[in-house]
Amino acid sequence: MTLEIVGMTVLWTFLFGYIIVGAIDFGAGFFNAFSIITKKQHILSNVIQRYLSPVWEVTNVFFVFFFVGIVGFFPQTAYYFGTIFLIPGSIALILLAIRGSYYAFETYGNRGHKGYAFMYGLSGLLIPASLSIVLTIAQGGFVSMENGNPTLDYYALFTSPLSWSIVVLSIIAVLYISAVFLTWYANKTGDEKATGLMRKYALIWALPLIIAASGIIYELRFHNPAFYNQILDLWWMFGLSFLLWIATVLLIWKRKKYGLAVWLLIIQFALAFYGYGISHFPYLLYPELTVYEGFTNQAMAISLIVTFVLGFALLIPSLYLLFRLFLFDKRYVQGKKPKEGDN
Amino acid sequence: MMLFDDPVFASRFLTLLTLSFHIIYATIGVGVPLFIMIAQWIGIKKNDDHYILMARRWARGFVVTVAVGVVTGTIIGLQLSLLWPRFMELAGQIIALPLFMEVFAFFFEAIFLGIYLYTWDRFEDQRKHLLLLIPVAIGALMSAFFITIVNSFMNAPQGFDLINGELVNANPIMAMFNAAMPTKVAHVAVTAYMTVAFLLAAIAAFQLIRGSNHAYHKKALNLTMKVGLIFAIAAAVIGDFSGKYLAEYQPEKLAAAEWHFETEEGAPLVLYGYLDDDNEIKAAIRIPFALSVLAFGDPFAEVIGLEEFLPEESPPLIIHYYFDTMITIGMFMIFLSLLYWIGKTRNWAFIQSTWYRWLIVLGAPLSFLAIQAGWWMAEVGRQPWILRGIMTVEEAATTSDYVGLMSIFFLLLYIILGVGTVVVLRKIFKNNPVENELASTQGGDSK
Ligand code: HDD
Ligand code: HEM
Ligand code: HEM
Repeated sequence: MTLEIVGMTVLWTFLFGYIIVGAIDFGAGFFNAFSIITKKQHILSNVIQRYLSPVWEVTNVFFVFFFVGIVGFFPQTAYYFGTIFLIPGSIALILLAIRGSYYAFETYGNRGHKGYAFMYGLSGLLIPASLSIVLTIAQGGFVSMENGNPTLDYYALFTSPLSWSIVVLSIIAVLYISAVFLTWYANKTGDEKATGLMRKYALIWALPLIIAASGIIYELRFHNPAFYNQILDLWWMFGLSFLLWIATVLLIWKRKKYGLAVWLLIIQFALAFYGYGISHFPYLLYPELTVYEGFTNQAMAISLIVTFVLGFALLIPSLYLLFRLFLFDKRYVQGKKPKEGDN
Repeated sequence: MMLFDDPVFASRFLTLLTLSFHIIYATIGVGVPLFIMIAQWIGIKKNDDHYILMARRWARGFVVTVAVGVVTGTIIGLQLSLLWPRFMELAGQIIALPLFMEVFAFFFEAIFLGIYLYTWDRFEDQRKHLLLLIPVAIGALMSAFFITIVNSFMNAPQGFDLINGELVNANPIMAMFNAAMPTKVAHVAVTAYMTVAFLLAAIAAFQLIRGSNHAYHKKALNLTMKVGLIFAIAAAVIGDFSGKYLAEYQPEKLAAAEWHFETEEGAPLVLYGYLDDDNEIKAAIRIPFALSVLAFGDPFAEVIGLEEFLPEESPPLIIHYYFDTMITIGMFMIFLSLLYWIGKTRNWAFIQSTWYRWLIVLGAPLSFLAIQAGWWMAEVGRQPWILRGIMTVEEAATTSDYVGLMSIFFLLLYIILGVGTVVVLRKIFKNNPVENELASTQGGDSK
């Protein structure tokens, strides 16, 4: 493996991590707001709050990791994407800011405040939508070089069916991933009503998900045939992903093994996501920038990788502790007080 | 308007806006964990509920500011690429390492903060819970450490060669340990602790002014003023070292800050004043030899004047005011907290007086102003360079036409976030005064 590929794999993995934990987080915020509006709050809020509170900041770091890492490994992306991403990037940032802070305002300060809950619920859906635009841009066709500076053709971008399908997919994926996860989590808390409701949401979003995903592959055929052909070469990854999707839906349908369903879902998305990434290789931005041209110098690459390994050695035990205390601790999950007599 | 016509100006404006806003929360983020730790530690040691409650209440407010710190930090992190793409393209090759390390520091901090906040009652032994704070405090300090390294690199770039515009022989470690790093990192860390000490002192003093005579507030005031004094002195000492760094490596910044136009030996320190139309200094206080002492620790040393630099490479003279603001506030805070300490040991009555407590309340906004002034002096004083001697701000900025528009949106966002923070913090503490909380813990269980 060359250093370029190591770097790209690390970054792609973190992006994947962000997509999964972010989707759970964003979707949970949305379901929370939705349940307040539809007056089903009593069913969901507890489950969602108990999961979200300790982890939301961790979710955000995944995102920061990705954009700091990509500038480190591929400094030229700062130039290309930085110049063209100003508007969608700024919108995403504003939404992220509203979401993060209003989440905290509601949770720590003003529990049950409808306006706050609504704000962070809605912004959570729009964030993936605005961030996903970067994937569309990276497929090429929307960027031209003017006076040596990359410029984005907003008209083409906003009228392209491809960009809208990607936006739609990102929203549906958020809802689906989050619903499946929360079905499992609610089930663990022993809350049957919440489990039932989340299960219903998971099933509702399952079919739209697969339709949107297939739609994108279909659009790509016209938009970027080279990329499309590379995707076809990796048909088995996408096929396997599809089979896992069926398996997940079946488990949820039959109310069986929700934990396994979550794992299958993660693998399903991983296969599709890495399949997509591999097909995109070696381009970072079609056709201007490849992984090889954009790569940093040897010394920086090696120091980043060493830092990454050391940093990870530090994080794994800490993350393990976090999950053990909050995700897998029976008493916490079920909302029981840790021991009697404390307040 | 320049904001809408000139991407360079707009990018500077937006960077100024975002950083100035983030730095408020970042300072709190660096400082508060240390004080929670101190309070909780004293509480455990003396078996005093007041200090434990202090730690709890500070932590409760802290989560709100952390949230805004995290989102504004995320904004500035991505904005660096959005607004300064050419700079990040070049600098990414050499100074990405500390930025990357910073992310791990955040990660570490975020995980343990999450654990700490939700485990107040999970440990039988309170000391174990206190242990969880150590990674939070270290993580926050490390974040400041790494990001300040990036900033010091911009002031004193090293660790690479530029050949035909290509960056070669990169040595990321050498780039990190640049000449500006030691003083800058130390000054930033110490001033963050100092500012947070006076912030917490101001809250306690305010409660006392409002008529609460509870021992809780007195203990809080006593603790924070004393720790604040230590850090205020440290800030001045390290600030002096920062001046010596400037004299050696960025003499143009020091000269501009001091309106020191002609190279001379035994240079005086110019405080306050203004410039008339002929660039003559008016109404200023001159302290003989003091600039030479600040610059080299020797009253007769020669200090380089602005005349030796090209006009287009000289920093704006306005930084003089920023410098004065910072130093004045620094000295004032040392004086104020020293007075408290002496007054306390000698039982002077006036430290209990309302007017003195109002001064302490004033100390919080002043300390934050000093932080802002310090950064404006450091950053504006680097002009026209973004990477001193290598790349100008003009070359680095984005060419996109929409920065002005985005600046308006971000301005609105910061207003909303700023107001939101205040509203939420007030609500948390107003509905839950110390007296009630103490009554409920003492009545309820036997902790
Ligand atoms: C509470 C805040 C505070 C206080 C009281 C002081 N400073 Fe400061 N100063 C900062 C907060 C700050 C800062 C915000 O942290 C800066 C901005 C950039 C940096 O490295 O630290 C800074 C920068 C800074 C610089 C510029 C460094 C550079 O550009 O590289 C100098 C020369 C000083 N300081 C000197 C002093 C002196 C002599 C002080 C005497 C009392 C002092 N500071 C008090
Ligand atoms: C470490 C914390 C930092 C703080 C608190 C800070 C603070 C500031 C402030 C207050 C300004 C406005 C000055 C002006 O209007 O001229 C500024 C300008 C700027 N900063 Fe920094 N800075 C920091 C680090 C950085 C870093 C790491 C970068 C880039 C990677 C950066 C890039 C810039 C740029 C490009 C400007 C615009 C210069 C200009 O205003 O013309 N800063 N910064
Ligand atoms: C150019 C300058 C800066 C950049 C790019 C930057 C970047 C960031 C980012 C991305 C975050 C969010 C991390 C997360 O998701 O958890 C953050 C938060 C934070 N930053 Fe900044 N930062 C800058 C300046 C500073 C300075 C000067 C300090 C310290 C003096 C600082 C201290 C912190 C701290 C302590 C946090 C954690 C949040 C909190 O506790 O409030 N940052 N910063």
